[in-house]
Amino acid sequence: MAEPGGRATSTPLMGGSPEPTLIELSVPGRRAWSFPPLDVPEDDLGFPETTDSLPALPEVSERDLVAHFTRLAHRNFAVDLGAYPLGSCTMKYNPKVCDWAAEQGGFRDLHPAAPAELTQGALKVLLEAESILCAITGMARATFQPPAGASGELTGLLIMRAYHESQGRNPTKILIPDSAHGTNPASVTLAGYRAVQVPSDDRGMVDLEALHAAVDDDVAGFMLTNPNTLGLFEEDVIEMARAIHDVDGLVYYDGANLNAILGVARPGDMGFDIVHSNLHKTFATPHGGGGPGAGPVAVVEHLVRFLPGPLPVDAEGALSWEMPADSVGRVHGNHGNFLVVLRALTYMRLLGAEGLRVVADRSVLNARYLASLVEERYPIPYDAPPMHEFVASAAALKKATGVRAMDVAKALLDRGFHAPTIYFPLIVDEALMLEPTETESPETIEALADALNEIAILAATDAAHVQASPHKTPVSRPDDALAARNPKLTW
Amino acid sequence: MTFTPHTDEQEQRMLTALGLADADELFAHIPKAARLTEPLDVAAGMSELEVMRYVEDLGRQNRSGLVCFAGGGVYDHHLPPVVRSLTMRPEFVTSYTPYQSEVAQGVLQALFEYQSMVAAITGLPVANASLYDGASAGIEAVNLALAETGRDTVWVSRGLHPHTRQVIATFAHARGVTIIEHPLEDGRTAWNRDATGPPAALVFGQPNYLGIIEEYDTAVALAGELGALTAASVDPMLLGILRTPGAAGCDIAFAEGQPLGNPLSFGGPVVGIFAVAERLMRRIPGRLSGETVDREGRRAYTLTLRTREQDIRREKASSNICTNQTLNAVAAAIHLAWLGPDGLAEVGRQSSHKARYLRGRLLDLPGLSAISDAPYGREFGVVLPIDAASAVTSMADRGYLAGIPLDHDYPEYRNGLLVAVTEKRSRQELDSFADALGEVIADG
Repeated sequence: MAEPGGRATSTPLMGGSPEPTLIELSVPGRRAWSFPPLDVPEDDLGFPETTDSLPALPEVSERDLVAHFTRLAHRNFAVDLGAYPLGSCTMKYNPKVCDWAAEQGGFRDLHPAAPAELTQGALKVLLEAESILCAITGMARATFQPPAGASGELTGLLIMRAYHESQGRNPTKILIPDSAHGTNPASVTLAGYRAVQVPSDDRGMVDLEALHAAVDDDVAGFMLTNPNTLGLFEEDVIEMARAIHDVDGLVYYDGANLNAILGVARPGDMGFDIVHSNLHKTFATPHGGGGPGAGPVAVVEHLVRFLPGPLPVDAEGALSWEMPADSVGRVHGNHGNFLVVLRALTYMRLLGAEGLRVVADRSVLNARYLASLVEERYPIPYDAPPMHEFVASAAALKKATGVRAMDVAKALLDRGFHAPTIYFPLIVDEALMLEPTETESPETIEALADALNEIAILAATDAAHVQASPHKTPVSRPDDALAARNPKLTW
Repeated sequence: MTFTPHTDEQEQRMLTALGLADADELFAHIPKAARLTEPLDVAAGMSELEVMRYVEDLGRQNRSGLVCFAGGGVYDHHLPPVVRSLTMRPEFVTSYTPYQSEVAQGVLQALFEYQSMVAAITGLPVANASLYDGASAGIEAVNLALAETGRDTVWVSRGLHPHTRQVIATFAHARGVTIIEHPLEDGRTAWNRDATGPPAALVFGQPNYLGIIEEYDTAVALAGELGALTAASVDPMLLGILRTPGAAGCDIAFAEGQPLGNPLSFGGPVVGIFAVAERLMRRIPGRLSGETVDREGRRAYTLTLRTREQDIRREKASSNICTNQTLNAVAAAIHLAWLGPDGLAEVGRQSSHKARYLRGRLLDLPGLSAISDAPYGREFGVVLPIDAASAVTSMADRGYLAGIPLDHDYPEYRNGLLVAVTEKRSRQELDSFADALGEVIADG
């Protein structure tokens, strides 16, 4: 069937037949490896702790290996195959030239312990990426050590702690909205703080009165995602920041949704003190099936001395490493996920100021356009205009037909799209969180809306079919209960 | 470049459909005080060709192509082209965390196989689907032990990688955990059984940072007496020839997994390997891919034991990890399968023999001595008659990354240099390296 231009769907996946495990493909004596013969004298190694038994690894040829992993790849959906409207995850297209950058020998083959004088280009990559990130967020300096968003959150909280300790204070509470990502409360606990939840109001934003009521001298800080996880811009953000600052607390920006405000608004101007961003979301580095990411943390001037280190510094053209004066210490074994930072820098330089703003414009335009096409069948429980994503509810659909958000998500897989994020945030019943991103065409957005609407229509006449979705994927719904009851984690 | 496919006409049509005049109106509800009034202070965008020249120019400002004798967890092994070729399949590179199992069987099975092979090389039955790096795996080992024992003190060997110790210190401080460092005697950990305790865990490197092989039994027996866990940081490339941490009775094994499947990458992204004893399965941090069946009874994989994780357990979770290093773990799995049982052993054997040969050549140089005579694997420390950092600089001019100076992290080894060898180094490279270092020393 001919499709209109620019439509990105893929159905079904090629990998229809099960693939044996490598150990099932293993044949004793077969091998893929080759090394030159040992060219130094073979003395007795004189080891203690040696073993004669070889590890039970598979024995396969290189040809087996290639067929196996290629077939596994065929059993996996990806951004390169079709639209991936997974809310909160910003699954935009990942430009190939950024992968090319990370393959350049000048960076790929660089050892992390090589002294600064031999790695000036790498230090410059970090400094240039930092300078752009600080311009975007309105911060003074940033560290690229945190290898993921959650690590960035924890780093930010450690900076809060170091700040309060420097003031001779030891407040114990961190306020977080009830719509927050799960990593927020988990990070709070690991930073030795207590998470106190602040409710949302009927606008879907932080309840300002409840926030004021929760603010006291024991508040170390406040963590906020803006736009929030409902995709709504927190309109009282400046007043919230002021309330926290009034008790000498710090305000933390969870940058999961930074895509929506690139070149439109800066966390620094909203009153935030500490900002993490996810390079694997906003700055188009590929998600790798679950990682690697990068979660740099940027701070305002008076918190720079607490940043993890060492940080690159520019001393009259010669770049070197320096530990900030009151650093919280090291949070990564090396320099963070450096090649991810290089990819992000390549992306930021391609886009420039103007292009970054276009990202915000079109990510919001796509989300709002999609919302307008589906909200009749999937109501959006809040009135404020959504930003780069929106959360619709399948509660009415469930009541009328028994078809749940989970079923809608699975039915979408049959139609060549990835599923939205479901059942999050927790404050929306039967939540479907859709983030189309700016890299999908209007044709794709319309096809996605058609698919969602078609599912709702089908639910009215054949709910059972929708509930049994997906039908065209390499496997149908796995028995998660069995997997948890009787864990089989190795072959 | 913006990578957005909208034509101007399409954009206008969408705005009109939404009742908006221009793109700026999309943001009309954002309070003025929070709005930027000027364009970002970022340079104008580049074309693809311009950006490639820019990246190449930055790359040239690094001294790459040096013959690498630096290690410390990150090693220059032969990386088979097939590993990069398969790892860079777009289905692995551009997919998200496999929460939608039905369209993520590829990543889920690859992770299941990674877990299986990590279990095989560590001798411990339960491995997770990866952590960020060796250092973060170290802090997760500490957190697991604290949760399991309910204690608030951890004993750490001075032989554990200094960066791992620093990362542990960073996070331990916030939670009020006491870290007791145990010294090295002749390069090996001298556990002080009278130190402040009781500890939740004994954490050590095997081999340790100085390349020296520790005695498992001492640590495991002492931990047993104290009711503590043992957590060993291992070198994955030696696991084909050394006793596994599981066989030695350790509770936790963790590792910097870079040598498996990943280029040097300036140290990231790499992969944190993590495996535990059966009884600790429900405390293991991070994601787990498990085998189950689908509705038709076909074998299927899914993320499992999810109630441990942050998005469900929230503030009660013992780890906050979400995004991990899946792609690097997939690379590790492909590399491990390429090596197989005897290939992994061959890497360890050749690397260790070559390390012996080079160490012998270096000890013949005037004024150079060993930091210890204790048994070592593929990495060793020497004391130079000159400043080690200056020697590294001079050796770079001769085409070598000579190693890692020890002065900063181990002032007790003044002028110390940590030298690593892999199977990739030819005898000729080893000889030339020794000759070059001899010249550098002679030049003073």
